[in-house]
Formats: sequence, structure tokens, C-alpha cells
Amino acid sequence: MARIIVVTSGKGGVGKTTTSAAFATGLALAGHKTVVIDFDVGLRNLDLIMGCERRVVYDFVNVINGEANLNQALIKDKRVDNLCILPASQTRDKEALTQEGVGRVLEELAKDFDYIVCDSPAGIERGALMAAYYADDAIVVTNPEVSSVRDSDRIIGILSSKTRRAERGEEPVTVKLLITRYAPGRVQKGEMLSVNDVQEILAIDLLGVIPESKAVLQASNQGQPVILDTASDAGQAYQDAVARYLGEERPHRFLTEKKGFLGRLFGS
Amino acid sequence: MLTLSVLRLLTTDLDAFSQQLDAKMAAAPDFFQNLPVLLELEAVQGQLIDFPALLAALRQRGLMPVGLRAADAAQVEAAAALGLGVLQGGSESRRAAEPRRDKPEPPPAGASMVVRQPVRGGQQVYARGGDLVVLAPVSAGAEILADGHIHVYGSLRGRALAGVQGDRNARIFCQNLDAELVSIAGIYRVSESIDKSARGRPVQLYLDGDALRIEPL
Repeated sequence: MARIIVVTSGKGGVGKTTTSAAFATGLALAGHKTVVIDFDVGLRNLDLIMGCERRVVYDFVNVINGEANLNQALIKDKRVDNLCILPASQTRDKEALTQEGVGRVLEELAKDFDYIVCDSPAGIERGALMAAYYADDAIVVTNPEVSSVRDSDRIIGILSSKTRRAERGEEPVTVKLLITRYAPGRVQKGEMLSVNDVQEILAIDLLGVIPESKAVLQASNQGQPVILDTASDAGQAYQDAVARYLGEERPHRFLTEKKGFLGRLFGS
Repeated sequence: MLTLSVLRLLTTDLDAFSQQLDAKMAAAPDFFQNLPVLLELEAVQGQLIDFPALLAALRQRGLMPVGLRAADAAQVEAAAALGLGVLQGGSESRRAAEPRRDKPEPPPAGASMVVRQPVRGGQQVYARGGDLVVLAPVSAGAEILADGHIHVYGSLRGRALAGVQGDRNARIFCQNLDAELVSIAGIYRVSESIDKSARGRPVQLYLDGDALRIEPL
């Protein structure tokens, strides 16, 4: 039975899509059949980050409405085996996501895939609720700043009350924290919340810390999930996070600033 | 002793009334769920009230009208026909009609509520008729309410309102005070007016006359 993972945050621009792309790619690299779905109907982005925007014919909403079947809409990743993308529609809005329709598509995907990664839109409205509703696990993406932390807190509350697991009184959704855009130097200066601050407020397990990195923007622009950039700190941090999700124990890296020779000389 | 919320009807214009009620309830929807209310009609005595529409408007919003107070004779008759009781009191006591409808169960005395999960922003927990014990953090943007005392054994960062039905002896106890707002029996303080020295430490809050006191534990 497939495991459904929602990548969510409440706040926009914190790295949900980057994380969804990296995480799905990481799971596929580990040998699991994985599909990543863009729930941000109307503001399609995942296809760009995954670099498959030129191959989109049918989308998630077409499948929900029965205008196309899954095989027509799923895009196979060219770099990684076992990885498929289900893009969002750019011409519709979130109303197109019906609970029943989403459930039907997920059920069908669950027959063929081990992991279904749902890239949630920002906010706490329909799109985000639909992305989270069927989830087994949730990755809450948070930037180390107060507004992002507060929005994440809100989303965690929703995960514990408005998901199918909550409604059926089943075992609650497993919620894990992923801190992104972490800049240890700025934490030290008191300009940013520390990992401990964030964890203290949110009180959930820490899956990983992704350092602020130029590699992320570069990867997005190239349409390549940053996890494939194995030389970059962000890529390695995502690899660690995927390994931890799959049950491996790995120490958290990139929590302190690595200063180069010049940096040490001039004090950053 | 049983406390009952009183809804003071100031107008017979049901549209205006509904609008005001909605605005009030939007602030704390869970608080009003299945709340028994007593209708006080002192301000609208001698006026004609469309009781069926009024009751429907209240019930539709989850309120449970159980009786009237300070109604005139015509109003008593109209309401009794709809199964509402009449309570003595108000400006002029009147003959109490026997309530014909079963009253909702009053909350068992001393009923308390224990919450083990964190109370997240946007969530609301209300311990009706008793104390509330939270064994986890209460996030900023969360709201916890109790008719009795409130105990929080994680950090209290949200709003805490004890004695919401007017119990002035209610207290708030917490391990780590960092609240947005604290209130006892409607007397409140916002974060800004909580002394820095009281923040981030175990304290209790109680009413001393009309003053809300914060005392280290």
C-alpha cells in the first residue's frame, strides 16, 4: 500500500515545491516507485522545478474530471527511474479539486506507486486541505522566522483535525519538521530563529535542516531537483532528510557556519 | 449552582439581531456550540416578537434557548406555546410557567477536561462547567477557555480565559507565561501589559478585587 506524503507549510514561498521535488526524487533514487503531484491548481510550478514543463499535455484536473486517464497525464522523469510527475492545471482554480475526485486519483496511483508526494499550495483553503486530506505523513516546511513558524503551527493543527485519519479516528498523521533556508551565521547574530527555537514552538520531530544555498535557485532555474546536485550543501541536506524519513539515523549537518579562509579573515 | 448565559434582546428586528449575533459568535464559534441561553426581554417589553423565527435563528446557530426572563404577559403566552420556560426576576417578577420542554443536561459539577496534545494556533478548547488542564504547549493564536481554573504545563503562548461564565475565583496556573492575553471572569490583560518580570516563568493569575494579579509560583 502506498504511503501518501503531503508537503505543506501554510505560508507561501518557504520551499514546499523545492522540497516536494527533492524529496520525491530522493525516494525514487532510493529505489521506491514515486509520484509527485502538484496541488497548486492555477499556479502550476512543480513542472518547472522538475524540468518537465515542455512535456505537459494533460493534468491532475483532467484526470479528476475523467477527461484523461492517469497514464496520459503522468510524466516520467528522464533522469531518475521510478519517478513520475502529475502536473497541476494552469487554467482552472482550486474548486476543481473535489474530495471524491482527489480520493479516486490517489487510490488509483496507490496501486502502482510506493510513495505519493503531494505538493500543497500555500494557505489553509481548499487546495491545501485537499492536498492534506488523504495524507499518512506530513512534512511541514518552515523558514526560521516567526510568521512562517506561526503558519506552520496552524497547519499542524489542521492536520490533526481535518484529515481523513483525524475524521476516522485512525492513528494521526505523522508530522515532521523540515527547516529550510537556514543561515547559521544569521542565527548567531540573532537575526533568525535557531533550530531549537523553532522546534520548541512547534514541538514536532525534526526531519532535517536545509541550509540557505545558492544551489537551490540554480537548480530551480535549470529545472533540476536540487537533490541531484550532490556537491551542494542543500542537495546533501535533502539526501539526509530522505534517508531519515526512510528510517536511517543521520546526524544533522549544516547547523553551523562553515567559513572559508577569506571569511575567517574578514569575519564573514 | 448552575450558571446560565443570558441573551439580552435589544431589538425585535431579527435581521439586525442575527447580524449582531453572527458577529459576536464569529469570535468564538466553539464556545457557543449547544450553549443553553436565557432570553432576557426587558428592553423589548410590550413589543411583538416573532418567537418561532427567533428560536429558529438561535437554534440554527447552535444555541439552545431554554427560557425567558422579564417578559410581558403576551410574550410569556407566546413563548409558553413554544415550550419555553419563564424565569422569575428582571424588572418585574411574573408567574413562572412550568417549562414544558426538557432542559438540556447541566454540565456535571466539577467536570474537568485534560488535553494532552499541543493546542495549535487557530484551535480553541473550552472546558465547560469545569477546569481545563493542558499538558502540552498552547501556541500563539490558540485560545483556551474554562468555566473554572486553567492549568498549562507547557508554554502558554496563546490566549487563556478562565472563569468565562463569571467565576471570579477562577485562576490560571502555568509553567511558562508567554500569553497573548489572559483573562479571569472577563477582566483581562494583553501581552503588552504583562510585566516582563512575570514572563517566561511559572506563575499563577487571580483576581484581587477588580485587579488581575500575576504572582510567581
